Amino acid sequence: MINRNPQLDENGVLQHLLTTEGLPASVLLHILDTAESFVGVTERDVKKIPLLRGKSIFNLFFEPSTRTRTTFEIAAKRLSADVFNLNIAVSAQSKGETLLDTVNNLSAMNADMFVVRHAQSGAAHLIAKHVQPDIHVINAGDGSHAHPTQALLDMFTIRRYKSDFRNLRVAIIGDILHSRVARSQIHALTTLGVPEVRVIAPKTLLPKMVERLGVHVYHDMAKGLKDIDVLMMLRLQNERMKGANLPSPEEYFKYYGLTPEKLSLARRDAIVMHPGPMNRGVEIDSEVADGKQSVILPQVTFGIAVRMAVMSILAGNQV
Amino acid sequence: MKIHIKNGRLIDPKNGIDAVQDIFIAKGKIVAIGAAPDEFQASRVIDAQSLVVCPGLVDLSVRLREPGLEYMATLESEMAAAVAGGVTSIACPPDTDPPLDEPGLVEMLKHRAKSLNQANVYPIGALTQGLKGERLTEMAELNDAGCVVFGQPDGLLPNLRVLMQAMLYASTFGFSVWLRPQEITLTGDGVAHDGEVATRLGLLTVPVCAETIAIGNIILLTKETGVRVHLCRISSAEGLAMIRSARQQGLPITCDVSINHLHLSDMDIGFFDSNCHLMPPLRSSSDRDALRHGLLDGTIGAICSDHAPVDEDAKLLPFGQSEVGATGVELLLPLTLKWGSEMRLPLLNVLSKITSDPARILGIDAGHLSLGSAADICIFDPDHYWKVTSSAILSQGKNTPFMGMEIPGGVKYTLVNGHIVYEH
Repeated sequence: MINRNPQLDENGVLQHLLTTEGLPASVLLHILDTAESFVGVTERDVKKIPLLRGKSIFNLFFEPSTRTRTTFEIAAKRLSADVFNLNIAVSAQSKGETLLDTVNNLSAMNADMFVVRHAQSGAAHLIAKHVQPDIHVINAGDGSHAHPTQALLDMFTIRRYKSDFRNLRVAIIGDILHSRVARSQIHALTTLGVPEVRVIAPKTLLPKMVERLGVHVYHDMAKGLKDIDVLMMLRLQNERMKGANLPSPEEYFKYYGLTPEKLSLARRDAIVMHPGPMNRGVEIDSEVADGKQSVILPQVTFGIAVRMAVMSILAGNQV
Repeated sequence: MKIHIKNGRLIDPKNGIDAVQDIFIAKGKIVAIGAAPDEFQASRVIDAQSLVVCPGLVDLSVRLREPGLEYMATLESEMAAAVAGGVTSIACPPDTDPPLDEPGLVEMLKHRAKSLNQANVYPIGALTQGLKGERLTEMAELNDAGCVVFGQPDGLLPNLRVLMQAMLYASTFGFSVWLRPQEITLTGDGVAHDGEVATRLGLLTVPVCAETIAIGNIILLTKETGVRVHLCRISSAEGLAMIRSARQQGLPITCDVSINHLHLSDMDIGFFDSNCHLMPPLRSSSDRDALRHGLLDGTIGAICSDHAPVDEDAKLLPFGQSEVGATGVELLLPLTLKWGSEMRLPLLNVLSKITSDPARILGIDAGHLSLGSAADICIFDPDHYWKVTSSAILSQGKNTPFMGMEIPGGVKYTLVNGHIVYEH
């Protein structure tokens, strides 16, 4: 049976950030606007504000990650929260404790917020469904399902460089099939009114009926990149490079890797994004990654402000 | 014990009866219908006014979880659940631990079940030793021990060479072979139908061709070997169409559908509801609609519960890691009635799908109310609606996608061999 969107309470107020799907544009824009006010903080000498003083935030990473975990940690600390990092991949789970047992134990330590990464799609939803109502859950990536803060920082970046979502053509390029980032980007872009979102990939890297998400499907970079304003590259996982999905990283680079030549097919003022970490020479050429159309490093900086915004909004939205 | 069931609406699909008539039972058998036999002194009279009296239900797939999986459910709990659902004959898949591949195990299960004096248990023998798909089981010996049919129900089909030999061997003795069509190399680690929902949720998928390729192979092997084949748990419109045309060619193939696939689609997964983690996966709504019509035209011979009680912790996991299955034996009658009323069918036709038709597929003398037959009877109130809750369900498994729903059909009495084994 379909329930109410589990991220929102009965008044439509954000309680958890689990996915960008189903969130109204007003909620997404509120997060982006709030992040705008935090960008200044990250540029000051004293980078702390006391919004989350006394709050306990647990980073629950059931899957290894350095970058995302670190940016969440920095964001929480800049808001003066107490941050606890749990690398669960090597602790409780290996002793046979279930996901919900781990969460219940930490809840008993008066957690206010969980930042969760897990290899299984739906893990963050499961936790959000079972925590006490005053605890907030942020999905930092679940399986191939969603990575909403990444998508939001991407939206923030696009808004910084391109004025209006409503006259953009955006292309997402690479392993859509396994990408939680791509799914969250697609929902965020369509919700914010981007009229044309394209996905470009070989057929082995596209999920079935992906067009139902509101995207146009291309298999050819030359056609797919025409008139594009924003290129969102995806990371190709090492284990997918040789096998049943793709024959070799070389062949992939030849047909789908972003080179200066391929980039020249897009609009002249197009920006290039990547969620990191990059495989140079596989999905993107160094000349493009470090080139003047690249906004990959600003994405990382904005990521902190966006995560600060999400945390402060959730902490402020008490039940 | 002599029992007189009076004033009930007797519905007996096999004999084409739908009329208010009394039934008289003595020594475990039906001794008269309509007028009482001479000098019949009932020791118990059941007034079935405004109730339906029909043959005890025959369920083609109920996992009792014994031997070996008692942490999920026990024979006691699941047999009690079965009769509470009006089910008096159950076929049990061999995927226990150890699997039902030795006569001793089957005898033990039959003996345990018999001592409980509830529903009749018909174990499905393992087609291959350990269900590993390598060596044939002693089918004739297993048949002597009580196995009526043979199968590989977890979808792990043997390689085609072994499967062909197993089918030939089974046909030697006239046994039918029960298979859930699944090409495992296409299923892989998939947990959901390859469609829009899995794409949105980022779940690993099971394409429809995992079912149709297996059905295609099985149809060709049926032609080759001449064995009677029953295909368990059809999930797709395409697979159904293949079976329909094979039947039109006169091949001895039957199939069934589960109550879950009859009413649900992948949309019901919603936000990762692990109660909808089923195998085969819930498919699209057009697949579901095709299955609902496949029953109507007779391509699908029976509805089964595909009862699979799971312990609660095993469902409190992310969707892909949660245990497969749903409890269902108590929902078989209500969800069949629900299908029937939604399709505007007469009760006589509806009830055949859970009584006489599955009995014929299983090859047992049950599912009808003929004179002289064993008095396996279900008496229910068709107008009683009840809510599916943990406490309303007797099965040890509380996992079902229908939790919280109001469904029709309240069982009042269940009789097995003329004994009242359930009374509500």
